[in-house]
Amino acid sequence: MRWLGALLLLALPVGGPAQTVTIGSKNFTENVILGELLRQLLVDAGMEARHQAALGGTRLVFNALAAGEIDAYVEYSGTLAREIFAAEAPASDTALSELLAARGIVLAGPLGFENNYALGMREPRAAELDIRKISDLRRHPDLVFRFGNEFMERADGWPGLRAAYGLPQTDVQGIDHDLAYRALAAGDADLTDLYTTDAEIEYYGLRSLVDDRQYFPRYAAVLLYRRDLAARQPAAVTALQSILGRLDETTVRRMNAAVKIAGRSEAEVAADFLHGPGRTGLAVPGLWQRVAQRSAEHLLLVAVSLTAAVLIALPLGIVAARRPRLGQFVLGLTGIAQTVPALALLVVMVPLFGIGAGPALVALFLYALLPIVRNTHAGLSGIDPAVRESALALGLPDAYRLRRIELPLALPTILAGIKTAAVINVGGATLGALVGAGGYGQPILAGIRLDDTGLILEGALPAAGLALAVQWAFDAAERRCLPPGLRRRSGARSPGRGTS
Amino acid sequence: MIRIDGVSKCYGDTVALDGLSLDIDAGGTTVLIGPSGCGKSTLLRCLLGLVQAERGEICFGGRRLQDHDLLTLRRRIGYVVQQGGLFPHLDARSNVTLVAAWLGWSSERIAARLDELLALTRLPAAAMVRFPAELSGGQQQRVSLMRALMLDPDYLLLDEPLGALDPMIRHDLQIELRDIFGRLGKTVVLVTHDLHEAAWLADRIVLMRAGRVVQQGRLDELIRAPAEPFVEAFIRAQRSPLDSLAEPH
Ligand SMILES: Nc1ncnc2c1ncn2[C@@H]1O[C@H](COP(=O)(O)OP(=O)(O)O)[C@@H](O)[C@H]1O
Ligand SMILES: [Mg+2]
Repeated sequence: MRWLGALLLLALPVGGPAQTVTIGSKNFTENVILGELLRQLLVDAGMEARHQAALGGTRLVFNALAAGEIDAYVEYSGTLAREIFAAEAPASDTALSELLAARGIVLAGPLGFENNYALGMREPRAAELDIRKISDLRRHPDLVFRFGNEFMERADGWPGLRAAYGLPQTDVQGIDHDLAYRALAAGDADLTDLYTTDAEIEYYGLRSLVDDRQYFPRYAAVLLYRRDLAARQPAAVTALQSILGRLDETTVRRMNAAVKIAGRSEAEVAADFLHGPGRTGLAVPGLWQRVAQRSAEHLLLVAVSLTAAVLIALPLGIVAARRPRLGQFVLGLTGIAQTVPALALLVVMVPLFGIGAGPALVALFLYALLPIVRNTHAGLSGIDPAVRESALALGLPDAYRLRRIELPLALPTILAGIKTAAVINVGGATLGALVGAGGYGQPILAGIRLDDTGLILEGALPAAGLALAVQWAFDAAERRCLPPGLRRRSGARSPGRGTS
Repeated sequence: MIRIDGVSKCYGDTVALDGLSLDIDAGGTTVLIGPSGCGKSTLLRCLLGLVQAERGEICFGGRRLQDHDLLTLRRRIGYVVQQGGLFPHLDARSNVTLVAAWLGWSSERIAARLDELLALTRLPAAAMVRFPAELSGGQQQRVSLMRALMLDPDYLLLDEPLGALDPMIRHDLQIELRDIFGRLGKTVVLVTHDLHEAAWLADRIVLMRAGRVVQQGRLDELIRAPAEPFVEAFIRAQRSPLDSLAEPH
């Protein structure tokens, strides 16, 4: 059981110093780049800073800021007014600032660019039909429109736009947004919705049509930070504010393209902006460094959740074996945790445990319980009744019997249960990236977001490797922990027969 | 001296012991015999408190079972279960000395007791470092007996100790067992379904049927004055055809 001690050591808290400033970002490329920018500003100013990249959607990241899980991130004015404070419907920037202030959040100001909705067409096609403004579209009722699903459904998307301009087109469908660009490139569609900072605008040679009736709301990028940050780390606020007004649309579009199209990392692109290309003042972590850090995060998730599960599940399994009635109940209860889909379990944990490693650890812990409880129960219940009766009849106290006779005999089965739990957790921990827990899931998610197979493999391959390594390590431990009397059984004569 | 007074035990609808009463005298060998399923093993389990009787009373030396400290009482009773029940993950020596070690006996005392028991059971010392699976059936039973005797208990309960052995070995061990019981002078209760074994080992035979005692006494008393037709039938069924062949004409 020496490995248990090693696990415990691994499980010791390894959080950074209390002064670390935590930046968050939403789960799309531009926001991740901006999050990385903020982090590097802090690091350049000599502070400890962490970036919880691509934490989730608007709600999740905003709530994380309100709850103090992160200290700052970049939001968009239109999103704040229409999504987060939809009910309050703030009419002015001042009203918005007041709503934020009531939640302990400071709206520091605009970064300098807007990321608005726009409509885009391929340049040659737009030139051919002489379309410059959205109202020009009315002259061409046969045009094919392919919108991203979100734009298609939002009231302020296609339905509102059509009404505002009186657009006559009928061949209009919602599809995945990346596919919309491809349809445009292939000539299967004439127009799609875009964001004004989309990298694809240049890549696909698109013309963005002028919103001549000012239909689209303005989405100016703004910096939000927690008011208490000013008290805790005044220098951090100064450093963050230095970015205000420094980013224009073209710069951001180029940075987006550098990541999405040229395949560079968000950290490199942010560093280039701050220090000029090629003169990155920051060491951008290389492949091995990234893998090493992800491995450490991943192992920590698995080790801590597994250790806690062993500490709880082992006694539960023993109780279940000793008291069959209670045992059925315990097995049923841990079984329930197993039937909840991993994703649902994670999401349920977020309001309870915030974002980051917390919810992931709890979910993984719950998942690991069942195999260990079940195997402990099975291992103890499966002991030869004659052996169990002999131990009882010897007049040994309960705890001693458990330690010297029953647990050693059940050990192979118990270890097999822990192995199952560990392998499940290595896989399950990749989902932890969805709630900001880091680990191998991080590059996998980023890879899916950026359509970058290399990045997906950067997470998937080590995850698969770790699962195999865990399996192998437990197989080895199983062989070593097998009581010697049982180890040689296969080669020995069958008991109860033979000569004396 | 063990007194069993009106003890009953049911498993669901199965009546394992049906108001059974029996006095077991100190110092002698009592053999419980009867058809399979008549409650012999259940009776031994009741004596050890491994199974709680629903009715009736069991007294050891004049004190009721429930008034004894169960763990202490069990250490005064040596028990050999039906299938041997050696701990497969411990070598023979650890099997035998487990309880003594827990009680804190000195290693000299343990070694001295082991030597006595090895001499008693005629087991080579080399067998002590083997695991149960590496021992022959006869050796396993000797180790089980050593384990039961380690603390020098007042009582010795054996549940079909020779049941799983080949006839030749079984015969040798029957002779040895009688010798051992004779030398120890303990209160022995032995279960068997073999009348020859019972006759050879017993000071007194207790014939059971369906959870009750049918008759008790020496074999010749059972043959001469059977209490019920069942006694006669049981004895007749156990007579070996070899006996009739060997009888003088
Ligand atoms: N743990 C148990 N659960 C259910 N029935 C049992 C149990 N132990 C014994 N019995 C039943 O009680 C009866 C007596 O069993 P037992 O004492 O083992 O008989 P014997 O040792 O004389 O062969 C049998 O009918 C047996 O099936
Ligand atoms: Mg029996």
